[in-house]
Amino acid sequence: MVEIEIDGKTLQVEDGSTVIEAAHKLGTYIPHFCYHKKLSIAANCRMCLVQVEKAPKPMPACATIVTNGMKVFTHSDLAIKAQKAVMEFLLINHPLDCPICDQGGECQLQDLAVGYGDSASKYEEEKRVVPDKDLGPLVSTDMTRCINCTRCIRFTAEIAGFMELGQSYRGERAEVMPFIGKTVDTELSGNIIDLCPVGALTSKPFRFAARTWELSRRKSVSPHDALGSNLIVQTKHDRVMRVLPLENEDINECWISDKDRFSYQGLNGADRLTKPMVKQGGEWKEVDWNVALDYAAHALRDVAKNHGGSAIGGLLSPHATLEEMFLAQKLLRGLGSENIDFRLRHTDFSGDGKRVGIPSLGMKIADISRLDRVLVVGSFLRKDHPLIAQRLRQSAKKGAEVSVLHSADDDLLIKLKACVFAAPSQLPAQFGQVAKAVCTIKSVAVPHFLGELVVSPEAQTIAESLVSGSNVGVLLGNFAQQHPQAAMLHALGRLVSKTLGGRLGFLGEAANSVGGYVAGAIPGTTGLNAAAMLADSRQAYVVLGAEPELDCANGAQALAALAKAAVTVVLTPFKSQAMLDYAAVLLPTTPFSETSGTFVNTEGRAQSFYAAAKPLGDARPAWKVLRVLGNLLDQSGFDYNSSEDVRTEALGGNPEFVAGLDNAVDGVVMKLAPTASGIERVSDVPIHFADPLVRRSLALQMAADSAAPAARMSAAMLAKLGVAAGADVRVGAGGTAIVLPAQLDAGLPDGTVRIAAAHASTVALGPLFANLTVEKA
Amino acid sequence: MALIDTINPLLTTGWAKGDAGWSLKDYEARGGYKQLRRVLESRMSQDDLIAEVKKSVLRGRGGAGFPTGLKWSFMPKAAPVKYVVCNTDEGEPGTFKDRDLMRFDPHSVIEGMIIAGYAVGAKAGYNYIHGEIFEAYQRFEEALDQARAAGYLGDNILGSGFSFDLFAHHGWGAYICGEETGLLESIEGKKGQPRYKPPFPANFGLYGKPTTINNTETFAAIPFILGMGGEAYLNLGKPNNGGTKLFSVSGHVNRPGNFEVPMGTPFAKLLEMAGGMRGGRKLKAVIPGGSSAPVLPANVIMDCTMDYDSIAKAGSMLGSGAVIVMDETVCMVKALERLSYFYYEESCGQCTPCREGSGWLYRVVHRIEHGEGRPEDLDLLNRVTDNMMGKTICALADAAAFPVRSFIKHFQSEFEYHIENKKCLVDPEVQRMGSGFFKAGNV
Repeated sequence: MVEIEIDGKTLQVEDGSTVIEAAHKLGTYIPHFCYHKKLSIAANCRMCLVQVEKAPKPMPACATIVTNGMKVFTHSDLAIKAQKAVMEFLLINHPLDCPICDQGGECQLQDLAVGYGDSASKYEEEKRVVPDKDLGPLVSTDMTRCINCTRCIRFTAEIAGFMELGQSYRGERAEVMPFIGKTVDTELSGNIIDLCPVGALTSKPFRFAARTWELSRRKSVSPHDALGSNLIVQTKHDRVMRVLPLENEDINECWISDKDRFSYQGLNGADRLTKPMVKQGGEWKEVDWNVALDYAAHALRDVAKNHGGSAIGGLLSPHATLEEMFLAQKLLRGLGSENIDFRLRHTDFSGDGKRVGIPSLGMKIADISRLDRVLVVGSFLRKDHPLIAQRLRQSAKKGAEVSVLHSADDDLLIKLKACVFAAPSQLPAQFGQVAKAVCTIKSVAVPHFLGELVVSPEAQTIAESLVSGSNVGVLLGNFAQQHPQAAMLHALGRLVSKTLGGRLGFLGEAANSVGGYVAGAIPGTTGLNAAAMLADSRQAYVVLGAEPELDCANGAQALAALAKAAVTVVLTPFKSQAMLDYAAVLLPTTPFSETSGTFVNTEGRAQSFYAAAKPLGDARPAWKVLRVLGNLLDQSGFDYNSSEDVRTEALGGNPEFVAGLDNAVDGVVMKLAPTASGIERVSDVPIHFADPLVRRSLALQMAADSAAPAARMSAAMLAKLGVAAGADVRVGAGGTAIVLPAQLDAGLPDGTVRIAAAHASTVALGPLFANLTVEKA
Repeated sequence: MALIDTINPLLTTGWAKGDAGWSLKDYEARGGYKQLRRVLESRMSQDDLIAEVKKSVLRGRGGAGFPTGLKWSFMPKAAPVKYVVCNTDEGEPGTFKDRDLMRFDPHSVIEGMIIAGYAVGAKAGYNYIHGEIFEAYQRFEEALDQARAAGYLGDNILGSGFSFDLFAHHGWGAYICGEETGLLESIEGKKGQPRYKPPFPANFGLYGKPTTINNTETFAAIPFILGMGGEAYLNLGKPNNGGTKLFSVSGHVNRPGNFEVPMGTPFAKLLEMAGGMRGGRKLKAVIPGGSSAPVLPANVIMDCTMDYDSIAKAGSMLGSGAVIVMDETVCMVKALERLSYFYYEESCGQCTPCREGSGWLYRVVHRIEHGEGRPEDLDLLNRVTDNMMGKTICALADAAAFPVRSFIKHFQSEFEYHIENKKCLVDPEVQRMGSGFFKAGNV
């Protein structure tokens, strides 16, 4: 610790701190533009110049390291003169077009110009004009306003992991730009809008839509990935206009993914369901709520009476709130059904009954940054968990060793220690090799099911890396959880982490992947799981917030089952043609922005939020709809006054972290010999197709990550099939076939073809994991 | 080709045969690589070597004049990977000494760099050569090949166990890459932009490793210093200004070129060596150390000796030793406009005061030169330069400001005349006659 004095106030700060950090600790504001606590120091804007005793020149507070006894003056004549000088320079070529600038009212340059700028400029020469850039569908540019602070550049290079922006040309002609002909395609690109201290980078979807002072603000929680990013939802006249990150160092830091930021466009989309609808004689009719609810209640009661409760299946979206899931399962159980599941994309349920507790991250999100050895198994990490990938990216830079075991080599933009990419059916055996090597190195008895495995050099490298760590994490991604041998992967993860005294974590698939378990939205011992209730179709289904053809592991099968059912009651904020085809009743419920509720994130943190806007049209929060349905069905315990009442019952109180989390597993039958052969499907759920809301964001659907699915394969596979990249191939599975363009993907193991799921064009192909036939179309 | 007329030639001894005397055998014939051989064969200790250089009071010849031996001693002893970098990015207008060193005696630089590498414990070096003097780069590559073939570079040099290799790297002409940390960025393949210091290159240099960066002429002086001994070298010049120095004399003199003189030689002597004023015209002003050094009027410079201390006392800088001589046909506003344009063009754009200020300066000076000046413009120029100086990462903002301030300071009446009468004090016809397009003697 060193003692320094700032404007006469002394304080102790850590060695190596900068003056600006010390000043912030004291609550002394030093004006700045290029400095950002999460980015490297550039010291180029020079706005933070302060006087340091004995220094002949003013020093940049952002880059000056404190020394013992240092005396800093932030408001001395020298400092103020320097700051005012810099402000004058910043403004001479700035267009000062604040009245037509989207940043107006929330602009750092505008704010600081009030404090440090003159009322008139002495600069009477011509001003600079800089051509705008096309950064893609999300970020709008007005480069003439740019003050070249390079925050956006440093963000892409340091946080997003790939320097998609750079500064070209010199001096006054310096311009921030992407690579020629390229856009900014990172899944975190929207953060450069927040980082830009002027109006050079603004939100394209929000452009000219509202002024910042017209917007109401509500704290909220992301309904997408399992991180539970904290949000600020901004509305105007009860319409969500913009979503920004709410800083939470323990969760999302100061970032959010583009999915979190821009999905709100779907909230205002044309296909919002705003009136209850009932199908009568094959015709859809908009009806009043009481008619629709009566219809739904009668229909469900009739099925339960005539066929038994088990004839009803409940498919609940993992993006639904805790309260919604809790009431839905309560309602279904009241009808005598145990066929309830929210794990719609899972294919292996053999772990049910063998898990000791609720699977979760197994640590705090912030703890991920403290892991020194990490093995990520079965995860499209960067797209499924953009901010967890970001945390690992930073750790890897600081020396943590990250290894990957997966079926596709998508560049994670993380420095990897080692990686193994193998066809899906090989993953358990590959993981088994790592486990065996770990046991061998640690001189622990090698379990019999690993006995026959031959450890590859790569598996050995991964094992050696893990063993050399003092804080080891094994993280199972979405792909591993959806895998047909998910339970085995779980058991192997448990074995490795336990052997190393490390931690096993599930990277939750959706906003409420932990909450679903907490709410009891899983089948009872006599019930059918998500896959089983679709394979063995039911008389009636209750669908909550999901689009089963896109959100289930086998969309084709889901469609068939729903079409066959006598009654399908859908609680949904959106309508789609598929729903109109299979449903009997559509009950318009509200998305996260129009309801109060709770998401339990992947670390088990229960985060509640209020509605940011009034429900659109006649839509109503699903928890209220379910409560009324419960009443109409004469079930007891449905007299809640608020969503908080539901939460209290579901959580048994109001804890910050839910109880019952445990990643231990016992008694999984291990059979690690790879079985499948032939061509295997590798299916990812692309980031912008993952849930009904994000699928409806027009801007996100135009982003590079939303490219239409193709049949991606290695060069060897292309050669074997005799097709050129770009040519059509016919891909078949289980008797159906679809035609897709072949695409080269050097990151895929031979014997695999990658075809994205959750997209209308690939639904017909059926299951996420399957053997495929592929031929020239 | 540069004219050579020297007193006690040292660095320029090898220049006599011009382009015919640069090769390895010529260099060896005049005693080249003897000092390297001596250092390696005697297993001279690094401390002794650095002490010898310190004794010579050799000061950095690139412009800043920092004592070379002291710079070397900053290199951390224990670091496993270190670099030596030579700055031949000779971009300062008026300076052309390193070009000729590369051209006529590249091996002296190579020998100096190897010895420096030995002294600081580096195993690799880079010579960053200005993009516009591509022939110099090509010649240096040839010289490297010769040295490598002769065993002066590579593994186990001369059987001493010491290994060192050297690489040439040419820039693309950006002035800012002559700033040492901008140069390092450029070698690393990044945009040439100076780094914030600290950390200094001796701790965090090329690829983040401890690095010593010296000017070409500095390295070239090393073999001679070791040959004659540090003290003898110092005594060639004057106290605190050791040795000889190359001066690139340009402008209105009869024999522009490089001249090697001992530190402390009177300016009048240097002018005489350069053949005196062209056409016998009157000296008006001299920029004594490259375009960024403040201009000195005739009466001041004529009393100066050519060394760091004397020029500094007169209010300018010895800089790189680029002496720009201007006679009475020069319009000082026009001369400043040209200089200001250069800095406007060459600012890297990183720091706000320099990026915005250099263009502002140029535009105002341009306006004055073109008859659109306003009475308040001189105050404005002084204020803008004041706001630029000392407020940026590197010294380019200062370099842009010094000419403006010194031109206004010493030639204020000429600027005022320009503003008031919307034309030059020096008749344009006279300016044209004074320019290089007309032969001396035609006046």
